[in-house]
Amino acid sequence: MSEDERFGLNKGVRLMGPVKLDNGAELVPVDFAYETYGEINEARDNAILICHALTMDQYVASKHPATGKDGWWTSMVGEDKPIDTSRFCVICINVLGSCLGSSGPASVDPASGNQYGMDFPVITIADMVRAQAILLDHLEIETLAAVIGGSMGGMQALSWASIFPDRVRSAIVIAATARHSAQNIAFHEVGRQAIMADPNWQGGNYYEGDAAPAKGLSVARMAAHITYMSEEGLTEKFGRNLQDRDAKSFGFGADFQVESYLRHQGSTFVDRFDANSYLYITRAMDYFDLAEAHDGVLAKAFTGTKTRFCLISFDSDWLYPTAESRQIVHALNAAGAAVSFVELSSPFGHDSFLLDAPDMNRIIDGFLKAGETS
Amino acid sequence: MSNLRPDLSIIANNVRDGARILDVGCGDGSLMAALRDTKKVDARGVEIEPSNVFAAVSKGLSVIQGDADTDLADYPDNGFDYAILSQTLQTTHRPDLVLDHLLRIGDRAFVSFPNFAYWRVRSSLLLGGRMPVTPHLPEGWHDTPNIHHVTIDDFRSFLKSRKVTVEGEWFLSGNKPRKGGLANLMAEHAVFLLRKS
Repeated sequence: MSEDERFGLNKGVRLMGPVKLDNGAELVPVDFAYETYGEINEARDNAILICHALTMDQYVASKHPATGKDGWWTSMVGEDKPIDTSRFCVICINVLGSCLGSSGPASVDPASGNQYGMDFPVITIADMVRAQAILLDHLEIETLAAVIGGSMGGMQALSWASIFPDRVRSAIVIAATARHSAQNIAFHEVGRQAIMADPNWQGGNYYEGDAAPAKGLSVARMAAHITYMSEEGLTEKFGRNLQDRDAKSFGFGADFQVESYLRHQGSTFVDRFDANSYLYITRAMDYFDLAEAHDGVLAKAFTGTKTRFCLISFDSDWLYPTAESRQIVHALNAAGAAVSFVELSSPFGHDSFLLDAPDMNRIIDGFLKAGETS
Repeated sequence: MSNLRPDLSIIANNVRDGARILDVGCGDGSLMAALRDTKKVDARGVEIEPSNVFAAVSKGLSVIQGDADTDLADYPDNGFDYAILSQTLQTTHRPDLVLDHLLRIGDRAFVSFPNFAYWRVRSSLLLGGRMPVTPHLPEGWHDTPNIHHVTIDDFRSFLKSRKVTVEGEWFLSGNKPRKGGLANLMAEHAVFLLRKS
């Protein structure tokens, strides 16, 4: 299998799809940037799809080409890790609408020869999932051993199980929700307004010019980053400590360490992310309400499902709190699904799922191993 | 099923093959795993302790971290053939409501609990004047999770007042089965199979 050019690191392919979008349009062609780790077996039934979060990418367990940093989930994915690449063929695809090689607003629209910008269609989480299915068809993978994701990745995992129940044997949904809340939408709107208020944004047509809306995107990232942490985590990490100074400056520089940290988060983010992609993907998340197409009854999204589910939440996550995971568990119970759930304790808020969490490793390892024998 | 706790063994031996069960307070999932492996039972569990949930999920079981007092309301009516509550009734805040939920969720319910009228318990309180500490009630008064102690006779009259049908009852003393005679005095542990009338 190792000679199969479709598998490996830093892969990209253009497929004709089309992706039938929720807004009624069709997207064609569709570019996919993805990575695979481990070998697909002869039965082609040992594939695990990892769905990434809003600003993550396909570099789940290999160095990011732009930042040179290690993959974003190396604590979880690799040989002898819970998502064991010696047992599974792990696939991670840059999500539709993003900017790391898959089709998004920075891609060239074949119809016009220019970059899409705001002409890129507004997409949904379901559109992302339907696009991923087209790539899996291309890889000749009919059934996934598991689909796994945290945050927006968890929304995709839920959607996978709902849209393609026969293609998903197990789903692991971490720190996620079945529906974006008013508060979630509100925070995203702050970010989008920050981007669109940046004079460099120019209605999204900034690709030709010298300057991108970096200031706006950076503020969007700063606001969002607060929601990924917890008061306890921020207090523990920074408290009211001053940054490189002994006294308050009586000015508006970054007096406090937490200010300096957020500014750093904002300024490094703009080097690796496209502002328009941020608009499109946050919009997709805001539109996410899995029950909407099922008369508002979430259980109906999973009627008759044979998929095994494992849900994990974190007690300090106030962005997608435990109560949201419990609602999903409730719906899955009502649908008679095989579902496991645990709330883990961590002071680090929503981002806990990206950190090395031994309890999370243990439960994912156990859940995946149990799925191989059943 | 010989390695199961004796009360769980009784439950396991009396569950129908292929049944759907909900084990409330399932611990590390020993009973669920035994029923799945020997009786092809479709089992679900609820457990409050995270480390037990990890252990159960590692056995391939579907277990939800939750609390019998608050989370049973989320389960639909008659979703299971049996709802099982083993050695958990006396730890709940509202045993009456928990029992209502069990009989709503399951067509039948197994309930097992330590009998507070067991003679050793009685003599400990009567002669020693101290809260009893026994193999089935190993914790002291201040740290025991058992906040609603109950006797077999209490439970029977409670069932009668609620018009719950008793379809089966089993008694244990010293981990060995014993007959029903003088159960309230002689049994250390009781298992009931219940059905709504």
